[in-house]
Amino acid sequence: MSQHSYKIEQLKYDLKKSILLIPAIALMIGFFIIPIFMTVYYSFTNLALTGSNAKNFQFIGLLNYKTMFTDPRMWASVFHTLIFLVGSLIGQSLIGFFVAYFMQKKDQTFRSIVGPCILAGWVMPEIVVALCCFAFFDTSGTMNAILQTMNIPGVKWLYAHPMLTVILANIWHGTAFSMLNYQSALGNVSSSITEAARVDGATRVQTLFRVTIPCIKDTIATNTMLNTLSTLGVFGLIWAMTGGGPGNATTTLPIYMYFQGLKNFQLGQGTAIGMVLLLVGAIFSVIYTKTLGNED
Amino acid sequence: MKKLLVILTLALISCSMLFASGASESSSKSDNGKPTITYTFRDDGRGSDQILWKWIEEGYNSWDKKDQVNLDMAPITASEGDYFTKIALQLSDPATSPDLVCEDTFQLPNDVSAGYLTNLDSYVSSYADWTDGKYYASMQKAVTGADGSVYGIPYCTDTRGLWYNRAILTEAGVIKQGEDWAPTSWDDILDACAKIQANTTDVIPFWCNSGVATGEATSMQTYEMLLYGTGERLLTDDGKWIIDSDSMRASLKFLQDIYNNGYGPSLDLVLNGQASNTSARKYFPEDKLGITLDGIWITGNWKSTGPSPVADYATKFGLAAMPTSKGQTPGTVTLAGGWAFSIPENSDAKELTFEFIQHLMDPEASYLSSIIEQGNICTRTDVGPIEEYAKQPFFEQATEFLKTADFRPQNDKYSTVSTAIQYMVESVVTGTSIDNAISQYGKDVIRTVGKENVVTL
Repeated sequence: MSQHSYKIEQLKYDLKKSILLIPAIALMIGFFIIPIFMTVYYSFTNLALTGSNAKNFQFIGLLNYKTMFTDPRMWASVFHTLIFLVGSLIGQSLIGFFVAYFMQKKDQTFRSIVGPCILAGWVMPEIVVALCCFAFFDTSGTMNAILQTMNIPGVKWLYAHPMLTVILANIWHGTAFSMLNYQSALGNVSSSITEAARVDGATRVQTLFRVTIPCIKDTIATNTMLNTLSTLGVFGLIWAMTGGGPGNATTTLPIYMYFQGLKNFQLGQGTAIGMVLLLVGAIFSVIYTKTLGNED
Repeated sequence: MKKLLVILTLALISCSMLFASGASESSSKSDNGKPTITYTFRDDGRGSDQILWKWIEEGYNSWDKKDQVNLDMAPITASEGDYFTKIALQLSDPATSPDLVCEDTFQLPNDVSAGYLTNLDSYVSSYADWTDGKYYASMQKAVTGADGSVYGIPYCTDTRGLWYNRAILTEAGVIKQGEDWAPTSWDDILDACAKIQANTTDVIPFWCNSGVATGEATSMQTYEMLLYGTGERLLTDDGKWIIDSDSMRASLKFLQDIYNNGYGPSLDLVLNGQASNTSARKYFPEDKLGITLDGIWITGNWKSTGPSPVADYATKFGLAAMPTSKGQTPGTVTLAGGWAFSIPENSDAKELTFEFIQHLMDPEASYLSSIIEQGNICTRTDVGPIEEYAKQPFFEQATEFLKTADFRPQNDKYSTVSTAIQYMVESVVTGTSIDNAISQYGKDVIRTVGKENVVTL
């Protein structure tokens, strides 16, 4: 075979590869790249859902961003988002990890009872979780009924501690995901390593912190990142439970974005908030990938 | 080479499949050649039991053009606030646009300036009832856009006032047995609340919508009823939004007095989306609430067909006009709102839809029974005197209020400013100082209308 025909074969092969990629690329461009650029563009306009700006919207430069960053409610939303994020992450990861850890050496019956209980919160659609938790934490709900049987006065959960309540709901919803991740990671930690550590005289706690956890570091990072991204996007749960209130005590960025963009009809401002949300997600992703990358 | 061709064809097919779904959507709306009228309204969750459904269905069945047209019910099940969002989304696209839509008159200017609604001038000019004064002039004004054209046919209106429980007010010593309560200033209301608090047990003295979750009801039934009672409006006569004034402070002070003195309901009851129903269907009929600031439709709850029937509501409860702040002329104040039928710009059956609206609004067909079941005030002058309508408890009084009724601004920024009002009210009742609440309101309004369109009095 001559050099020439070899080149043609190579070209054909490359062409074949690229043609097969066309549908995937078209999907990416159509449903991902274009919307992102449109969002960026709209965030610089005064586009509205209805009213005169719906018909003739204009390019208004950085005005949306300027008003957004001088708006105390925006900063409050960022703050609420961080509290919600950190609270959910700590709860989901810790509970998820310890459930997985303690279930490890238990017998099958125990595992088949505890596992599904935790999974129940995860397999339920978000809105069902929200309704269940609303009924549970309502002033005349299950939680207060339980407290009353123990002669503890009821608490107005959704009103007095709204942020704590939605975080608890989100933890209940998301713990199973962490648990599954950690279960598979712990299963991969070779028992010979931990046994060796025990033989060398390490206590259980030392083995856990010095041997097991370092072994599953990558899973911890990946799990935290996935949880971060899904928690940043939580909307339905909070919206159905508190509507972002009372006041704006549970108004996180997605709620605020919905409020400005769809309830106030100011789509331009809504997309500008969306950009901030995107940025927060990007920052966290970079941090996690950096910590992950250093290990390699 | 043949292989390459196969791959190429496959790639093309998969690409075209991506866009095929988009193309098939534009299929014809009509069914067996007949045009279809798609009707969109807010479903409060009761489906075909509610009057906005039954009315249109009965109207269609009794319509002589029934055989030439199909009717497609397209309810939107949503809270009132979300309904406007969904409507705006639907109207903006020809593929999703209905042909007949229920519009709140305060939302109308918004959708008009967005170009979503059909200018009905040429239609109403040949609609005899419209030109002969069969509609109240104030209601015709409520559906007229800033350009002076008509964009809807109003089908109901409402007025607001203070509903009170006679037994509770008598027990508290506010009124004597058989007497009507007629407060003449805000202080009279606060005095009555103080007496209820002191002389009764387990009764909430006063209820008004106070949260963001109750949406427009908080702006209109509560804040604007107060503000308009001071003589001030949301805008000055030359169209500038007022962002700080003594009257605004006085209105917020009244709310602060209510909640700080414990006259209001507990905040977890009033700051959620169900608050109006909680008061009208539960606390008020169960004698646990003395006075509630609400609209005439509240009686719909107590009728035998309503969700919370009260057999003797005509004598058990009373309706008092909301007084002005210090009793200054005109002495009382009320706001009127209402709903209208509009035809979207993107409708493909405008002529037929307008004929259908005329049929729906015909008192001899289905309008009379519908407006009675809605529990709302009619928009037609020839329905007002009909006995079946007029004999309903409180309707004579509520219709009387209409004479001095004020309306919300016909301004396409109003609905956005309204959410700023709701935030301001909720923040005051949850303990924010009036200064901070007003300064936040100022910022919100400036962001919506621009610095050049606001003023401080």
